Amino acid sequence: MSEQLCSVGLDVGTTSTQMIVSRLRIENKAGSFAVPRMEIESREILYKSPVHFTPLLRGDLVDADALRRIVDEEYAAAGIRKADVDTGAIIITGETSRKENARAVLEALSNYAGDFVVATAGPDLESILAAKGAGAVELSTKTGKPVLHMDIGGGTSNLALIEDGKITATSCLNVGGRLLKIDPNGRLTYVSPVLGELFSKKEGDDVNREEVMELCEKLVQGLEAAAGRREEGILTKTLHTAGAATLTPPKDAVISFSGGVADCIEVERPWLAFGDMGPELGQAIRKSRLCMGQYALGSETIRATVIGAGSHSTQLSGSTVFYQNITFPLKNLPVVCSPAALRKLDGAGVLALKGLPAPSYGALQRLAQQITEDFPGDMLILALEQDQAKALGQILALQLGTGARILCIDRVQLEEESFLDVGAPVGPALPVVVKTLILSK
Amino acid sequence: MTKQELTNMVAEILSQIHGEYMPMVKGSDYKTLVTEAPREERHHCPGDFVPDVSQLNLRELYLVENAADGDKFRKMKLKTPARLGCGKAGARYKTLTMLRFRADHAAAQDAVFSEMDAEFAKQHDLLPVKTRCDSKDEYLTRPDLGRCFDEHNAKTIKGVIDTPPRVQLVVGDGLSSAAIAANAMDCMAAIRDGLKLKGIETGKAIFVKYCRVGAGDAIGDITGCELVCVLVGERPGLVTDKSMSAYITYKPHTGVSESSRTVVSNIHAQGTPAVEAGAHVAELIDKILKKKVSGVGLHLEETP
Repeated sequence: MSEQLCSVGLDVGTTSTQMIVSRLRIENKAGSFAVPRMEIESREILYKSPVHFTPLLRGDLVDADALRRIVDEEYAAAGIRKADVDTGAIIITGETSRKENARAVLEALSNYAGDFVVATAGPDLESILAAKGAGAVELSTKTGKPVLHMDIGGGTSNLALIEDGKITATSCLNVGGRLLKIDPNGRLTYVSPVLGELFSKKEGDDVNREEVMELCEKLVQGLEAAAGRREEGILTKTLHTAGAATLTPPKDAVISFSGGVADCIEVERPWLAFGDMGPELGQAIRKSRLCMGQYALGSETIRATVIGAGSHSTQLSGSTVFYQNITFPLKNLPVVCSPAALRKLDGAGVLALKGLPAPSYGALQRLAQQITEDFPGDMLILALEQDQAKALGQILALQLGTGARILCIDRVQLEEESFLDVGAPVGPALPVVVKTLILSK
Repeated sequence: MTKQELTNMVAEILSQIHGEYMPMVKGSDYKTLVTEAPREERHHCPGDFVPDVSQLNLRELYLVENAADGDKFRKMKLKTPARLGCGKAGARYKTLTMLRFRADHAAAQDAVFSEMDAEFAKQHDLLPVKTRCDSKDEYLTRPDLGRCFDEHNAKTIKGVIDTPPRVQLVVGDGLSSAAIAANAMDCMAAIRDGLKLKGIETGKAIFVKYCRVGAGDAIGDITGCELVCVLVGERPGLVTDKSMSAYITYKPHTGVSESSRTVVSNIHAQGTPAVEAGAHVAELIDKILKKKVSGVGLHLEETP
C-alpha cells in the first residue's frame, strides 16, 4: 500500500518569502500479516521557488495581496492547483512575525493556499522546522552526536539542540544579517531597534565596513555564549528574544548552520553585496569560536525553514484510529491534558493522554467512563501516545452513541498549550500537524 | 519465671538426661576454623529466592566490558529484542546470558506443552469442545486430528449453535496456552464491541482444546456460519511466549484453501496490544462480510 501527499511550504521571513512543493510518499511498513503501520517513507522536493523579498506595506504591515499574488504565481510555476495540495504549512518568521497584521494575514493565506495548509508561527517552531529542513536532525541521527543547529536569518537566529535525533531544546536570539540596511553609498537606511546600545549610529548616518564588523563581532559573542563556548554576559541577555529559553549544549556538540547568513560563512562576499550586514556577520562567525571545533553547513541553508515547513511539518497518526461524523480538516485545536481542563474550554479541544500500556478491555472501559463523565461538548477529540485509539474510540462510540462526533488518534505526543491540526485520512492513518515544541523528557 | 530462669531449668533437665548440657549447633551457625574475611556482600540468604533472570529487560541489558562506546550501543539495543551486546567469558556466553536463554527456551516449551486452565471456558462463558486429539503429544504429532471433531463434540456445538450465525468467534489453545490466557478475552471483547457498532451481533463463542487453525473450517461445516474468526496461540519464540493470531475465513468449510484466510498476527503486549488488535479485527470482519471474500482475494480487491 503506497500513498502520496502533495505538501507545500511557505516561509514569510524578515527578508525573504519562499515556497516549496514536496511529495511525501507514505507506505505501510508492517508485514502483510500484521496490523498496518503507515510511515512517511520519503520526502522529495518537486519545486523550489526563487527567493522573493517579503512584501511590506509601510514599515509595520505585511502586504497580504502581494503575498497572495506570490502564491498564485508560484503555484502556476510549479504546475499545481490548489485542489492538488493535500497538506503543508505556512510560517511567518523573524521580524515579520512582529508586524501588526501578521496573524490575520497568516490565517487568511493558509486558507487561500489549500484545504489543509496550516498556519504556524512562533520562534520555537521556527527553530524546529529549520533544524529539520537543514538536515541537522538527520546529522544527529546518523552520527549519534549532539548537534547544535543555528538558523541565522535576516532578523533572528533560531537555535535547536538535537540529541540522538530528537530536538531537546530551542532558543532564539536577535542576531541576523538584516538588522542593518545600508544603501549603495554606505548610508544606513534601517537600524533595528533590537540593537539598542550595541550600535550608536542612526538611520541616515554613514557607516563603514570596520564599524559593521565590530558590531558583528559583538553579536557573534552572543551566539558563542548561547552555544556554551563563552561565559554568558549581559550581552546574551539583551540579545535573547523575549521569552526565549537558554540552552545548555554538551561540549562535544557539532554546530551546524543554515539561513541566509550561512551562505556567507565559507564564501567571502563583497561589502554591500546585499545592502545589509549579512556578509560581515558570516565572516565574523567564521573567525569565531563557533567554527573552531567541528562544524557543518546544513544540506539546505537559506531554504532550511521553508523546506522544514513544506516537508517536515506533517506527521502521521497511528494506523489504527477511530473517527465518526467528523469533517476534515480540523484546525487549531487547543490541547489540554485532563478531562477537567477539557470541560473548561469554550469550543472544541484535544484531550491528550498517555493511555495505558497493553491494557485490558475493562481498564479501557473505565478510562472511557472517566473521559465521558459530564462531557458537555458535541465533539470529543482524543490523542493518545499508546497504541489503543481504535479500541478506545469504539467504546466511546458505544457510550455516547453513533450520532456523536468522535475522533480518537494515537501515537501522537502532545503538550499542553500546543495546537493540533488534523487532515483527511491517508489510507488508515491521519496526517497531523502539531504546532508546538515537543521536547523529550 | 523469667526467660533466663526457664533456660536454666531446661538446661538442668537436659543435663540430667544426657549427663552434660551441650548447646545445639545449627548448620547455618557453623564456622570453619580457618578465619575467613566476613562476606559483607551476601546477596542471598538461605531460603531466599535467587533473582528471576526472566524478569530482566533484555533491551536494557548490555554486558560488554570495556566497550568503546557502550552508551551508543545501549541506545541502539533499545530498538531490538535481539540478544546483542552479550559480552563473553572466554569463547563462551556469560552465565547470565546462558541462563536467560535457557529460561526463555523453557518458557516457550512450557507454553506449548501446558494445558489451559480447566476453568477457562466456564469463566468466560465459552462453549468448551475438543478436537480429535487426546493429548498434547498427539496434538503435536498429528496436525490432521487437530482440525476436526468427533461426533460427540460436533453434536455439542450443534446443540448450542443451532441457527447459522453470521460471525462465529472461536478461541483455540494452539501452540501457546499462555498467549490465549494473556490476550484472547480482551481481544474478543474489543471484537464484539466493534461488531456491535457495525450492527453485527455475535453469539456464543467456542473454546477448542488441541486446536489447529483448520478447526475453524470444521466449525464452519457444523454451524453453517458465514465467517469464522479463530483466535489461536502462535508457536512461541524466544522473544515472547504470549503471541496470538486471529485467522478470519469467509465461508469456512473443510478443504478451504489457506490463501483464503486473512490473518492478523503478533498480538501481544510488545506487538499489537490485544484490545487494539480486536478493534482492527472487527473492522476487517465488517469489510470481509461486505466484500464477501477473505485472504488473498480481499487483498486483490483492495489493490487495483
